[in-house]
Amino acid sequence: MLGMIGATMLLALREIRRHLLRSFLTTLGIIIGVAAVITMVTLGQGLTADVQEEVSGLGSDVFIIFPQRSDPNIPAPAFDDADIRAVEMQIPGVMGAAGAVSTNTTAFHNGQDWATSVDGADSEFFAAQSIDIAEGRGFSDTEESRGESVCIIGPKVVEEIFVADRVIGEDMRVGNVSCQVIGVIEERSNSVGGGDANDVVFMPLKTVQRRFIGNPDNVQYFVVQYDPTYSSATIQQQLIGLLRERRVIQDGEGNNFNIVDTAEISETLNNITGTMTAVVTMIAGISLLVGGIGIMNIMLVSVTERTREIGIRLAIGALAREVRLQFLTEAVVLCCFGGLIGILLALGFSILLASVAELPFIFDPTVNILSFVFSAVMGIVFGYYPAHRASRLDPIDALRHE
Amino acid sequence: MSEAPLIELEGITKTFGEGAAAFQALKGVDLTIERGDFVAIMGPSGSGKSTTMNILGCLDVPTGGRFRFRGIEVQDLSRDQRSLLRRRYLGFVFQGFNLLARTSAVENVELPLLYRGESKKLRREAAERSLDLVGLLPWADHTPAELSGGQQQRVAIARALVTDPDVLLADEPTGNLDTERSLEIMELLTDLNKTGITILMVTHEEEMAQYARTIVHFRDGLVERVDRGLKAGAPSVSPATSHTTSSSVGSA
Repeated sequence: MLGMIGATMLLALREIRRHLLRSFLTTLGIIIGVAAVITMVTLGQGLTADVQEEVSGLGSDVFIIFPQRSDPNIPAPAFDDADIRAVEMQIPGVMGAAGAVSTNTTAFHNGQDWATSVDGADSEFFAAQSIDIAEGRGFSDTEESRGESVCIIGPKVVEEIFVADRVIGEDMRVGNVSCQVIGVIEERSNSVGGGDANDVVFMPLKTVQRRFIGNPDNVQYFVVQYDPTYSSATIQQQLIGLLRERRVIQDGEGNNFNIVDTAEISETLNNITGTMTAVVTMIAGISLLVGGIGIMNIMLVSVTERTREIGIRLAIGALAREVRLQFLTEAVVLCCFGGLIGILLALGFSILLASVAELPFIFDPTVNILSFVFSAVMGIVFGYYPAHRASRLDPIDALRHE
Repeated sequence: MSEAPLIELEGITKTFGEGAAAFQALKGVDLTIERGDFVAIMGPSGSGKSTTMNILGCLDVPTGGRFRFRGIEVQDLSRDQRSLLRRRYLGFVFQGFNLLARTSAVENVELPLLYRGESKKLRREAAERSLDLVGLLPWADHTPAELSGGQQQRVAIARALVTDPDVLLADEPTGNLDTERSLEIMELLTDLNKTGITILMVTHEEEMAQYARTIVHFRDGLVERVDRGLKAGAPSVSPATSHTTSSSVGSA
């Protein structure tokens, strides 16, 4: 039986080579279907990975809360330190909360100047936002509580105004405030406000509140880090309740603040990618179905063309199942070729499109192997009927067939 | 086993179609063929000789009657069982040669062994031996299109012989050949018969039938006459009637 399969395999390859163009056109449906599925899944995974990386730049298990007008005519009041302390103290599951302020400024060093933003934030904020120090150190408690003039700068600022190698310990001027650079942050992919997260000068919250904003108490937004073992929905509900109470919002009035859940963002984006992949997979599925019907059609033609051959094989003693196996093998080999070409095409397309869309290219062996197996299964499903028909031919009629 | 005749047909009938359109091709054929015989089946077209040949070749089953081959009741067998019988004991040679196109002579000859599940090495050896027997070994790698009609029929005979069959069934084996090639084929069949293979041949050419030891005459779906004990391999002998004996199981 094994030798039989080997021989039928060779026979199938020979038949395919004999009708090279026809075989190619027949498998086109499968080629396109497989290529489309793999390309879309690969790009989808690249997109998901990209989004995940962006979102992780905002910190994980974190809410970001900022004032937002519910009525365009009434300004939304800012949050202050007391709000942050209240959130920290009163809501179970909250591990820490940290406010931040940000304003546009110009940074000067060594005769160079660069328009950037100065952000006031303490080490708790750094922790919640997963901002790491690449060089130097973070703010000390004393620096934070006394509002000292020290700064931690982003790589973009280093690149723009620090020509010399030395950065740590250098003095620079930010707006009208001169400060000492004590650290440089790791390169980041995203920030809360959008824009380049690496183009920033951090100073202790108190420093920026006093010397740039002129209000020692208010924060523009704050981040809340929570214990992931707690339900984020429950914490969010409690946050809303507490903040409405503190901001004296009457029942029936809308919230004058907004809570952004980073987990929710990534989930939403994942859902979008998932839906997109599902739609494309469905379209590809239709293409595969059409491709399968094409295979069935050409196999029926092949059976008719080779009726005499089938007659000869039956006459010399081939069993029905041996004839069936031969045509089934041919259909499967044909489909496998289609799958293989589809996989190679998808590889090319994915690499090309990923580089055009600036997405990471992620090779997923599972989807490739599954597609190949699926192609083979298509060969069995759509090759079965023609093969069965071949095996049922009457040898006498088949031998008379012209 | 050796006591019983190789082939026994008893009251074989064959009807094609149904109802008003039904056509009875065989109306009760009785025939016994001994092992090692060289039988020519003759008769005008429509006499039932091809239908009989198909039944003898286990390609078709009779509508009624019994067909025993090596003591096996063939009419009771399934399609696949008949395939196995053909694979094991029968070799076929057709008027139209029926070789696989675009496939070399040696691969054509190997084909029956493939279905016997023989190894590639053994298939090739047996096929080459068989081709050598019909004198076509030098042409082993040629496709049918590159061979003459006579050569193609030799390849077909080699294919029929490669499984070492009990019976060689030849349906108008010389029908597509000129006289010279036809006589060569007949000489070949005669030589094969001398090695012990039973040969059943359908022909409408008197000249070719002269090679046979037994001639079965068909007419209107019945065996009209069986001439036995003829001298095989003597084409010059005129139609022998002196040896005519009534068939052991005469026509119904």
